[in-house]
Amino acid sequence: MTGGESEFSEIFVRVLLLRDYNTRLVVLSTALLGIAGGVVGSFLLLRKRALMGDAIAHATFPGVVAAFMLLVLLGGDGRFLPWLLLGALAGGALGCVAVVWIRTATRIKDDAAMGIVLSVFFGGGVALFGMAQRMPGTSAAGLKSFLYGNTAAMVWGDFLLLAVSAVVVLVIALFFFKELRLLCFDEAFARAQGWPVRFLDGILLALAAGITVVGLQAVGIILIIAMLIIPAASARQWTHRFGWMLILAAALGGASGWVGSTVSALLPKAPAGAVIVLTAAAIFLVSLLAGSDRGLARRGWRARKLAQRVERQHLLRAAFELLEEQNADPRTTLVRWSDLARRRSWTAHRLRRAATRAYNDALVNKPEADGFQLSDRGWREATRVTRNHRLWELYLIERADIAPSHVDRDADTIEHVLGPDLVRELERVMARQGGGGGAPLPPSPHPLS
Amino acid sequence: MEWYAFDTWIVLTGALSAGACALVGSFLVLRRMSMMGDAISHAVLPGLAVAFLITGARSSWVMFAGAAAIGLLTAVGTEWLHRKGRMDEGASMGIVFTTFFALGLVLIARAADRVDLDPECVLYGALELTPLDTVALALPFFGEADVPRAFLVLLAVFVLNLVAVAVFFKELRLVCFDPALAATLGFGAKRVHYGLMTLVAVTTVASFEAVGSILVIAMLIVPAATARLLTDRLSTLLLLAVLLAFAAAAVGHFAAITVPVWFGFADTSTAGTMAFVTGLFFLGAAGYASLRRRLQTRSTPIATL
Amino acid sequence: MKQLEPQSGRWANDATHGAEVPLSVHDLTVAYERKPVIWDIDLDFPADAIVGIIGPNGAGKSTLIKACLDLVPRASGEILVYGRPYARQRQRVGYVPQRESVDWDFPVSVLDVVAMGTYGRLGWLRPVNRRSRALALEALERVGMADFASRQISQLSGGQQQRTFLARALAQDADIYLMDEPFAAVDAATERAVVEVLRELRKRGRTCLVVHHDLATVAEYFDWLVMLNMRVVAAGPTADVFTNENLRKTYGGRLTLLSEAAAALRRGGPA
Repeated sequence: MTGGESEFSEIFVRVLLLRDYNTRLVVLSTALLGIAGGVVGSFLLLRKRALMGDAIAHATFPGVVAAFMLLVLLGGDGRFLPWLLLGALAGGALGCVAVVWIRTATRIKDDAAMGIVLSVFFGGGVALFGMAQRMPGTSAAGLKSFLYGNTAAMVWGDFLLLAVSAVVVLVIALFFFKELRLLCFDEAFARAQGWPVRFLDGILLALAAGITVVGLQAVGIILIIAMLIIPAASARQWTHRFGWMLILAAALGGASGWVGSTVSALLPKAPAGAVIVLTAAAIFLVSLLAGSDRGLARRGWRARKLAQRVERQHLLRAAFELLEEQNADPRTTLVRWSDLARRRSWTAHRLRRAATRAYNDALVNKPEADGFQLSDRGWREATRVTRNHRLWELYLIERADIAPSHVDRDADTIEHVLGPDLVRELERVMARQGGGGGAPLPPSPHPLS
Repeated sequence: MEWYAFDTWIVLTGALSAGACALVGSFLVLRRMSMMGDAISHAVLPGLAVAFLITGARSSWVMFAGAAAIGLLTAVGTEWLHRKGRMDEGASMGIVFTTFFALGLVLIARAADRVDLDPECVLYGALELTPLDTVALALPFFGEADVPRAFLVLLAVFVLNLVAVAVFFKELRLVCFDPALAATLGFGAKRVHYGLMTLVAVTTVASFEAVGSILVIAMLIVPAATARLLTDRLSTLLLLAVLLAFAAAAVGHFAAITVPVWFGFADTSTAGTMAFVTGLFFLGAAGYASLRRRLQTRSTPIATL
Repeated sequence: MKQLEPQSGRWANDATHGAEVPLSVHDLTVAYERKPVIWDIDLDFPADAIVGIIGPNGAGKSTLIKACLDLVPRASGEILVYGRPYARQRQRVGYVPQRESVDWDFPVSVLDVVAMGTYGRLGWLRPVNRRSRALALEALERVGMADFASRQISQLSGGQQQRTFLARALAQDADIYLMDEPFAAVDAATERAVVEVLRELRKRGRTCLVVHHDLATVAEYFDWLVMLNMRVVAAGPTADVFTNENLRKTYGGRLTLLSEAAAALRRGGPA
């Protein structure tokens, strides 16, 4: 028992420290693949072409099989990797051309064009494969590794090929960084500026095809699609800056490759490609929930806070306006549920809940059966909220031409957004209209609501 | 070439599978969600694996239900990522289905010594083997007959799809054309959407054994897209798509056992050839459509003069 | 300025939403992400009237209509149709979406599209019957499109597409119609046809809410007007609210629009 454990921990250490030649090859290649996939995938994701990787990957299969058969017919062994990858590249390129052709030459839309190409090409590949399997004198069984990848069988030559290709892809992507970013962001603008949009699209697709082809050996046709989508999508959850997204996607892709292939080496019967994708998916899940830019938790929290704040402001403003109408003393007058319910479309339950929240913030005194009383603090806050609201409305009216993009009704103080000078001017306008002069709160510029 | 009863069963089974796919696939194409077929058909792998691990048998209802459930889950997950996660629809699909597929591969690999579920069979099927697995059936007039099990399953699914499309034709058309109007008229676009996705998942699972999950995509999309090039009427489109799917099955099998022989090979995969043949149909239709368009534009000025 | 005085300009009746009010919007706020698109909308729309909704781009005109139809989520607010919640009165409200909202390459004929208006009354499962088709054909006649019934929709011009949508709404035979930019980029003949249909609907006691962008025709087409810029600037009979002052408050210093409006006012609109 203890012997087994120590043996395991020894393997563990060996794998983690990359002591084994083979582990080192596999871990480094998959990490490289993840990095390159993350970068190219980011462009594809932002260009809304995420599934192009899918179409390309499937289209490589007939290329691989055809290349194999051609080589066998010429008398070779057929399993000469660079030649097969060349075939894959040809298949992928042909697939891209076919998608573009269907999209432009027929009335068939984008999605169907991709579906047609991937399924028909793959079908053709399967049909060819059926023939190749029965070719005399050689075994086509090795081709199956292209479907799921065969990471463990990687040798130095494979690694070298993958490393060089990944570096080339990265260099090209960075070289065209500015142009590709423009293409992803605003194609129409890029076209108007005289950029060769078609050429740039071609480069992007060529990069995707390149990654797909070198990735075939490592993770296989179907899972390479994941390497082009998932790290980029994870990165998007953390940042909205393009450069950061690329760096993050590369880092997350690389980490997926590294961790995934390490785990796969440690566990028996865990195919590396699949474990890498599951690692990437786990990272995505965490990013989706916790991401600092678009993460669900963060967005949910923000939305909840916003809703509560808006609710509090609505409540306070409604209370203020009721008291203002009655010209009543806020310190002694009860704000009635029934009056509030008429003013807002809230249910009684929601009204009570809002009041309880306000009570917890010490804005109102303890709610009673008929209604509630504003506290001193609550009255001050209600005054401020109402004043801000009315100033915003006046601003919308006075400056309607520039208004919508500036309006942030939620801003705590209107001065932060509009600047003190403009606010003073608005106050002057309001005083002139309402004749209130130096009243603590300017009158509403439009019907109370 | 020799043609046996065996070949007839293969063609019939393939035709039913293709026809069932074409019926639901037409709506996927019209809704611009073709890739959903792709996603669902890849994603059923873990469903099959789990169900297989539980029951240990290859053709059980549990397996069917498990896989169909995962298929539906793919649709739900994609929709959720798209709406809540604000991801592009294609990316959402890609994330969900590749994850499920990877999960399926791991499950199968971990249980490789206990089960004999070949992921390749899931990927591109074994149409040629379906006539071997038969069920004895007492038929009126014919007496007892051995009918391939896959044929019966696919017949049921084909009829199911046919009935569903016929009964909900109005709703499907409305929701595909104008979801906003459908909502204001009280037809929940969501309900129709998930109903359609359920059909796609069931069809995919039923077909995986026959044509394989990847080739299901060809049958879901290509006949419908081909028919789209030839007609402007929804009912005609559906009919054409089914007929094209049937034709693809017949021509595909015929080609699979004859064409390789010309080049000195034995036969090849019928399912793969079927998919390839649908591609040829599409090419033909695209050529015809562009020819017709060119003739029309040439004749119009003369007509107006 | 009169209608902006506190209380007098408040269109929603606080105490009662009379059952005769076709459509009443109360305390409506819609926000996408952090930005409120429209807020604090309180409106009671009058019966048998053609109501125009105008405002600058981004003022939330379409959003107002979509919020009434439950097509976008509301942050707060309730929609009453003849005094009852909209969800239970869907049949009484017809919707004419913007033309661009659908795929005009879809394989359906004009008659198919118009018959969709009757689907709500048919309900689930019942197929499109002869009566539906007859109603659809009648609606097509009313917009002058009967000859196009069997055309595929991709063969229609923009104006014909708009008329098809209008016919679809007529086939629905609703009491209230919400129309999103039915006059956007249509030919003069279609514009006349749409106006005629609107007036006929008014004669039959229907209420039409029309999102509109052409200030020059406002005074001619609409009995009642809502001027919107995120919140209601003014609402009331066109003669009362379509004033230079309100236009300035709605559109601000958008010079081209202002001069357009001035031209409209000179051409005999109320000043």
